[in-house]
Amino acid sequence: MIHTRGLTRSFRAKGETVEAVRGLDLDIEAGSVVAFLGPNGAGKTTSLRMLTTLLPPTSGSAVVAGYDVLTDPSGVRHRIGYLGQGNSAGSNFRVSDELITQGRAYGLSRAGSRARAESLLAALELEGLAKRTVGTLSGGQRRRLDIALALVHEPELLFLDEPTTGLDPHSRATVWEHVLRLREELGTTIVFTTHYLEEADLWARRVMVVDHGRVIADDSPEKLKAGLAGDRIILGTADRADAGRAVELARALPTVHEVTADGTEVRVRTPHGDTQLPVLLRNLEAAGVRTLTARLTRPTLDDVFLGLTGRTLRESAGATTATATHDGA
Amino acid sequence: MKVLNDTRTAFARELGPELRRPAGLLFTMLLPFLLLALFAPLLSGMSPVGGNTGTGSSWQWFAPGVLVLLALSATAGAGASLLNEMSSGAFERMLVTPLNRAAMLVGRALKEVVILLAQAVLILVLLLPTSFRFRPLGALAGLGLLTVFGIGIGALSFTLALHSRKQQTLFYGVQQMIFFPLLLLSGVLLPITQASAPTWLHVLSRINPAAYVVEAERALFDGRFAETSVLYGGLAATAVAVLGVVAGIRGMRNASV
Repeated sequence: MIHTRGLTRSFRAKGETVEAVRGLDLDIEAGSVVAFLGPNGAGKTTSLRMLTTLLPPTSGSAVVAGYDVLTDPSGVRHRIGYLGQGNSAGSNFRVSDELITQGRAYGLSRAGSRARAESLLAALELEGLAKRTVGTLSGGQRRRLDIALALVHEPELLFLDEPTTGLDPHSRATVWEHVLRLREELGTTIVFTTHYLEEADLWARRVMVVDHGRVIADDSPEKLKAGLAGDRIILGTADRADAGRAVELARALPTVHEVTADGTEVRVRTPHGDTQLPVLLRNLEAAGVRTLTARLTRPTLDDVFLGLTGRTLRESAGATTATATHDGA
Repeated sequence: MKVLNDTRTAFARELGPELRRPAGLLFTMLLPFLLLALFAPLLSGMSPVGGNTGTGSSWQWFAPGVLVLLALSATAGAGASLLNEMSSGAFERMLVTPLNRAAMLVGRALKEVVILLAQAVLILVLLLPTSFRFRPLGALAGLGLLTVFGIGIGALSFTLALHSRKQQTLFYGVQQMIFFPLLLLSGVLLPITQASAPTWLHVLSRINPAAYVVEAERALFDGRFAETSVLYGGLAATAVAVLGVVAGIRGMRNASV
């Protein structure tokens, strides 16, 4: 569905060239749900803008839904849906009018556009707002309307740039429910960026971790977490001597990444904590080590980013916001 | 066919909010209305105005110019709506649709012209109680010329907006910098002739397309179709329209975020 080679985009800012995306090589199969994860300024939005024909690449190539973004942008536009970070609907327009215009833009008949608009308004819990002016809607209602606009023509490929930012948990759930239903019914390929880590974890089948314009990791959330972060077993022992013996026993386990001790607390990082914990507890008991507490924590994608870059996404977001030279990059 | 359909889609989208708020038409009519109410009566004792070769009163001379002023004031600010959509994200959404880019420009410009014509007709109605002589054919031709000129100015305004995306103050600065010289050098308020104006001012007015459109409008509304000023005005309006539409379509085709 998406194939890119060496896709690059640079900008001139304050006399300097800033490479927002550096040599992106992508192969995304039809029906996938792929998340771009990274801090602000990492190149996520710029990548999406190149793939949606909004921004011409500086170099490299991209074929989206079978059409080259440079030589046949119209072919691409017919087949994709796009939700940007801003407000897709104009403030002075009526909700239903914007949806009907969007349908007409994709070649739907007026009656077809109207029917589709009504169906989307109901699905996204916006019934009763059809005649309202967009500017009078709440932030959450506007965002759900933006989603509806991206879905009007039931695209085979959907790009969502931070689709649920600013939404309350209920609205976020509603949006994802509808987007994923579309995928189930039509096999829609979904590519999205988000700074809600749990959304990438929960909904994406593939996560591409992006930093400084490059993809630094690309796998399923489960494999990324297991391979790069791993589960954490945290043991509380009776004294430092027991902690020392617990460290030795933990290191003897297979597939253990790291074992550390801090006073009487022992931390074990392993890709399979759920199966390792019972084994470790049995070994500790057999060796006479007094274990007072035992906890298993599962890693997050933030842990994955930390493992890859040495910093968390939240730290990076603060740092890059301060130094960002191109908005939305 | 697709271009026509897309133009209709873009036009219908833009016209919708205007139809729901017809009072909005009056805002851009404020300056022309004030001139008609507070300035035109001053001209009544001056006849013939500036050596005007027309057949009627000072209203006959002044009113067609006010329509050109209306075309300038109503359509020169058209780009502001586009600028607003560019900063909000609505324009970004439109760019990702398969809507023909030229149709996006032409549809918007046509909406501006429809509003302009509605305003022009309203002004003509307001002129009925005055000594302005209404000649249907001349008025039709005058409104036609105004349409061509309005499309050009509106399209140029959109072009300026497209180039001001990253620095919106540029749009308002350039718009004001061009609007007032165009207006003052068009002879709408007072005639700019070799006899009445300094040479440099007269030369400047002769390179102002709006001045030719004003003279053509005066001739048309007075029923003088065969005058050379009609030809020159027609050529000037057409040149502005071609320049505006070509530049606007090019700007729209190259538009990115």
